[in-house]
Amino acid sequence: MSTVFRRAGIFLYRFPGLRLALLLAPPLAWMVVVYLLALAFLFLTAFWRQDPVTSAIIQAWGFQNFQALWAVDVYRTIALRTAGMALAVTVTDVILAIPIAYYAARIASPRVRTFLLLSMVLPLWSSYLVRVYAWRVILSSDGLLNWSLHKLHLGSVNLGFSNWSLWIVFCYLWLPYVLLPIFAALQRIPNSLIEASTDLGARWFTTLRRVILPVALPGIVAGSIFAFSLTLGDYIAPNLVGDTEFIGNVIYQSVGIANNIPFAAAYAIVPAVIVAIYLLVARQLKAFEAL
Amino acid sequence: MSVRQRVIEPRSVQLGMRVVTLLVLLFLYVPLLVIFVYAFNPERSQAWPLPGLSTRWFVATWNNLEVRSALVTSLKAGLGATSIALLLGSLAAFAIHRFRFFGREAISFFLILPLALPGIVTGMALNSAINIGGQVIGLSFSLWTIIIGHATFCVVVVYNNVIARLRRTSGSLVEASMDLGADGWQTFRFVILPNISTALLAGGLLAFALSFDEIIVTNFTSGSEITLPKWIFNNLRLPNQRPVVNVVASVVILASFIPVYIAQRLTQEQPVRAAEQAETEPALQAVAAS
Repeated sequence: MSTVFRRAGIFLYRFPGLRLALLLAPPLAWMVVVYLLALAFLFLTAFWRQDPVTSAIIQAWGFQNFQALWAVDVYRTIALRTAGMALAVTVTDVILAIPIAYYAARIASPRVRTFLLLSMVLPLWSSYLVRVYAWRVILSSDGLLNWSLHKLHLGSVNLGFSNWSLWIVFCYLWLPYVLLPIFAALQRIPNSLIEASTDLGARWFTTLRRVILPVALPGIVAGSIFAFSLTLGDYIAPNLVGDTEFIGNVIYQSVGIANNIPFAAAYAIVPAVIVAIYLLVARQLKAFEAL
Repeated sequence: MSVRQRVIEPRSVQLGMRVVTLLVLLFLYVPLLVIFVYAFNPERSQAWPLPGLSTRWFVATWNNLEVRSALVTSLKAGLGATSIALLLGSLAAFAIHRFRFFGREAISFFLILPLALPGIVTGMALNSAINIGGQVIGLSFSLWTIIIGHATFCVVVVYNNVIARLRRTSGSLVEASMDLGADGWQTFRFVILPNISTALLAGGLLAFALSFDEIIVTNFTSGSEITLPKWIFNNLRLPNQRPVVNVVASVVILASFIPVYIAQRLTQEQPVRAAEQAETEPALQAVAAS
């Protein structure tokens, strides 16, 4: 047995190209066959149509799905609303994330830093669905939020379920994704850079504005990719705490209720294209190196 | 990192940031706490404050056959996806770490793509593929399609953990092993594998946590199979099922906290380089989780 391994090892040692091929082929084949092929099929399906009478899928080429997306007001409004929400959530999360990431990276003691890091990582990996559900419970009219507001004599705001509550929930969901790359970027800034700025007479705010934030920008953009992309493609949160339609809902309903898969495929290409544009801009800002 | 950095922030700024940090931590954790408290709600109503505390719904959940079968499906899907991800992710990490070749930089970007694109795009793409696959090769929605979908975005989690460890593992270790007469297999078995074992374990745990909780893609690839998150999603609107949903939800949260906590500890085990690791690891994990 071991001689077989030994011989195979020697053989492979002579041919590094073969070694590389053997290592790379399985993961690459998987990704191409499962993922790229699936994306190709998505693109293909988007040009098919559904028979309005039998609701069977007709495999004939045509642009009718994209024409519908463009011509029907509702779909344009929904796409714009989704993109607007994604932008609002991204900006809010970045504003919330910078102070806490800054505190964790540059002010907190090593022990507090470790604790904060764990506190950021845990929600990121914990059940996304349960985190939405928790807000559904909190925001409901007889829930914790209204009870607290009542106790504080602030009256009741009927937040749930609206675009406002959705905005809060999205910010909540993606905050850890924004926090971690910004934290990493801030921590990577060499002390000498900041000390040089201080020694040259800059006050803290000047150093922040002219040194720290520009150097951390790739990390900030990297974090913003997640908030933007994840909001754009979400259908669970609008479904559970919102009251209007978003791109995700329309796609989900087209598949689940109407069974109009060609139309859903066409609409799914919209967020894919928006994110692709965002990623291209992010690459210009060197965000990928901060990922 | 051992040198204490000079503090340049004014006291007021430090205080302000401390307050914001505290508020954000509350914002992150209060909702999770609320769900835990609700799991002990004796009533079916969701009104706050609770009329009392009781463990009766834990018993009801344990005896709920639907929940049990959903749990089994989720465990199977998680184990299947994690196994595939461990194999493919570490192969890719070895290839990228060991060799320089054309298109090398593109591969890690390609691996992240299933997580970086909105979940609904990945979900719809797999859904279209399964539908077409059904006509061509008789593919149908099943546990296998769930596993295939999950594995596709779990690969990058394992890949990131393994490659981060390989980059930190000194090349001289491998050279020393070869100089002492070990062949390639022995070097792998006795030098490289022990070095990356905790990274593999951490990557596997995170991949499992990711798969166990996944709902966005799962809804598009599972057909009539019910996973635990899917069961929650289908039942959380039904007033009758609320108490059981609350219990399942808090158990799911705990079930993800434990592996993630262990994974975090595993990737920061060597105290000597703890500071350096704390810098590199989280960003990579953040990417993997997108």
